[in-house]
Amino acid sequence: MLGISFGRIAAVFVKELIQMRRDRLTFAMIIGIPIVQLVLFGYAINSDPKHLPTALNVQDNSVFTRSLTAAIQNTGYFRITNIVHSEGEGEKLLASGGVAFLLTVPPQFSRALARGDKPSLLIEADASDPSAAANAMAAISQLPATVFNNDLKGALRPLQATAAPFNVVVHRRYNPEGITSYNVVPGLIGVILTMTMVLITALAVTREVERGTMENLLAMPLQPFEVMIGKIAPYIVMGYIQVTVVIVAALLLFGVPMLGSFFDLSVALAIFIAANLSVGFTISTIAQNQLQAMQMTFFFFLPSILLSGFMFPFRGMPAWAQVIGEVLPNTHFMRIVRGIMLKGSGLADLFGDIWPLLIFMVAVMALALVRYRRTLD
Amino acid sequence: MSGGLAIDVSGLTKKFGSRTVVKDFSIQVPKGQVWGFLGPNGSGKTTTIRMLCGLLVPDSGRGKCLGYDIRTESAAIKRNVGYMTQRFSFYEDLSIRENLDFVARIYEMKDRGEAVDKAIAQLGLTKRQGQLAGQLSGGWKQRLALAACILHRPQLLLLDEPTAGVDPQARREFWEEIHMLAAQGLTVLVSTHYMDEAERCDRIVYLAYGTILARGTVDEVIANSKLYTWIVTGGEVRDLARELHDKPGIEQVSVFGITLHISGTDDAKLEKAIEPYRNRPGFTWTKSHPSLEDVFIHLMGPFREQVTG
Repeated sequence: MLGISFGRIAAVFVKELIQMRRDRLTFAMIIGIPIVQLVLFGYAINSDPKHLPTALNVQDNSVFTRSLTAAIQNTGYFRITNIVHSEGEGEKLLASGGVAFLLTVPPQFSRALARGDKPSLLIEADASDPSAAANAMAAISQLPATVFNNDLKGALRPLQATAAPFNVVVHRRYNPEGITSYNVVPGLIGVILTMTMVLITALAVTREVERGTMENLLAMPLQPFEVMIGKIAPYIVMGYIQVTVVIVAALLLFGVPMLGSFFDLSVALAIFIAANLSVGFTISTIAQNQLQAMQMTFFFFLPSILLSGFMFPFRGMPAWAQVIGEVLPNTHFMRIVRGIMLKGSGLADLFGDIWPLLIFMVAVMALALVRYRRTLD
Repeated sequence: MSGGLAIDVSGLTKKFGSRTVVKDFSIQVPKGQVWGFLGPNGSGKTTTIRMLCGLLVPDSGRGKCLGYDIRTESAAIKRNVGYMTQRFSFYEDLSIRENLDFVARIYEMKDRGEAVDKAIAQLGLTKRQGQLAGQLSGGWKQRLALAACILHRPQLLLLDEPTAGVDPQARREFWEEIHMLAAQGLTVLVSTHYMDEAERCDRIVYLAYGTILARGTVDEVIANSKLYTWIVTGGEVRDLARELHDKPGIEQVSVFGITLHISGTDDAKLEKAIEPYRNRPGFTWTKSHPSLEDVFIHLMGPFREQVTG
């Protein structure tokens, strides 16, 4: 019979509904993805981060300095987290990413101020992510005009009238020109690796299940660990090839600086790649088929790109999102790769981000081995 | 080893959820014999084979395979057993040689290259060894799978419906190879749906809904069935079949082209039931032994209403 039959359309429609209901994972994705995206974009992403950790190096303790510290915190952009006593100590904090700003009040600051010498205040900003630092820099440049109005009394009153009794000298460290690609391109290494490494292992194992070759593997004298290492190792090599491509492009096409050592970077990469591969392996022990493996990979990939500080300043996210972000390997790798390339940090400086990666890797590998089925039960 | 037995298991039971797939399964297979495993789909043949080679852990029961405990020594069993899955489970995107080489590596064979060469030569595939396994026809895939299963020189071969969907010529060659291997001392347990294959086995075990319903040589199984069969030839046996199928005393009527098999367990009742039809012109009636198939259909009878997944 020719022509369109609503009965037949209904038949297909009902069949699809039944299949959709049985495929609970797809269903969860349909409901889950919009909610996850809404929450992430709606709440977690804030391109105007506030309360950024700031280290204070005060070499002149006076009423002015105290007003200054209070005023800086009142801008909402700075949160004094560390008091340092030397320039070197502050530099280290900045390099490891522990603070975003280092504020130095030079000795004799208040005396010079009182004399009307217009002394200078030094703010060093971690500008490797230009957008994270921009608004804070703008806020602080407003300060000199008004901050001391309450303190400039009596004989000092005339200073109130002057445009600004002191200067703020801003040093944008690590990325002085504020070039976004300096920040984005190294970060891309983490994003690309997260996507390909997780997906590729997830599919490689699930494919064995789907094609029925898993039954054969299980029937042969193979230990789960042997399967896992044998499967993961080739992809580590592949990961390094990917990284080489991105780094060559970063250096040649985007002119991104490489201040740190390639050795340090490859050590960090090995841990990061292994961590991602073990996520893929774990997914493959849960997924029933390749489609599910892809869906689960996407679920892992989404927060890895949004909550890791790749797209949006990490410190601009609410606390709960930062907690999730801190668990993800990409977050730590993002800091490591930017630290090595843009700041010239070494592995020792970055240890605070190396150990979470290691713990993540070991924990997920253990999970994968426990979940890996030795039998068909 | 336990008195020259390749397989010695008793009381194996396996449940999936609330469904018992294999119930109190016991067999003792002497070394060097070929045993056939028969039964309808979903009768637990695959599950039993998987328990024997350590792929599934039985819920209860115990036993040994090649002298190794099936519960605790599955690693040793895996090294000495060749298991051929129902579905082709080698890599379609690897060549014939690469597949065999992979298997040889897994079993850590010292003479790997030589063993693979020999296996390929035996298959007669020396010229096509670089061809992808996925491009092979069903019969060749199954021969490749067999070659891969025996590559590590196992002592026991478990074959799960190895000849499903394979043409008669290839099946015959396959069975010739099985018997050659058995002659060399290999024990073979093979599940099948084909009656002619069952007849090639030293012993058969008939499984339905997880329970062994019959076992022994083909002749023993037929004799023990206590089934009486009449064979009718000539004319329109289909019409005759329709008339006979619900008569008391007749339990089975089946048409094989121009012959009709009529069976029942009560000899006298059966003869009484067919009495009115025996004088019809154009038909020849002969009392005969039931075929293996008649016996199996008969064995299935009490279970036929059950539904399994």
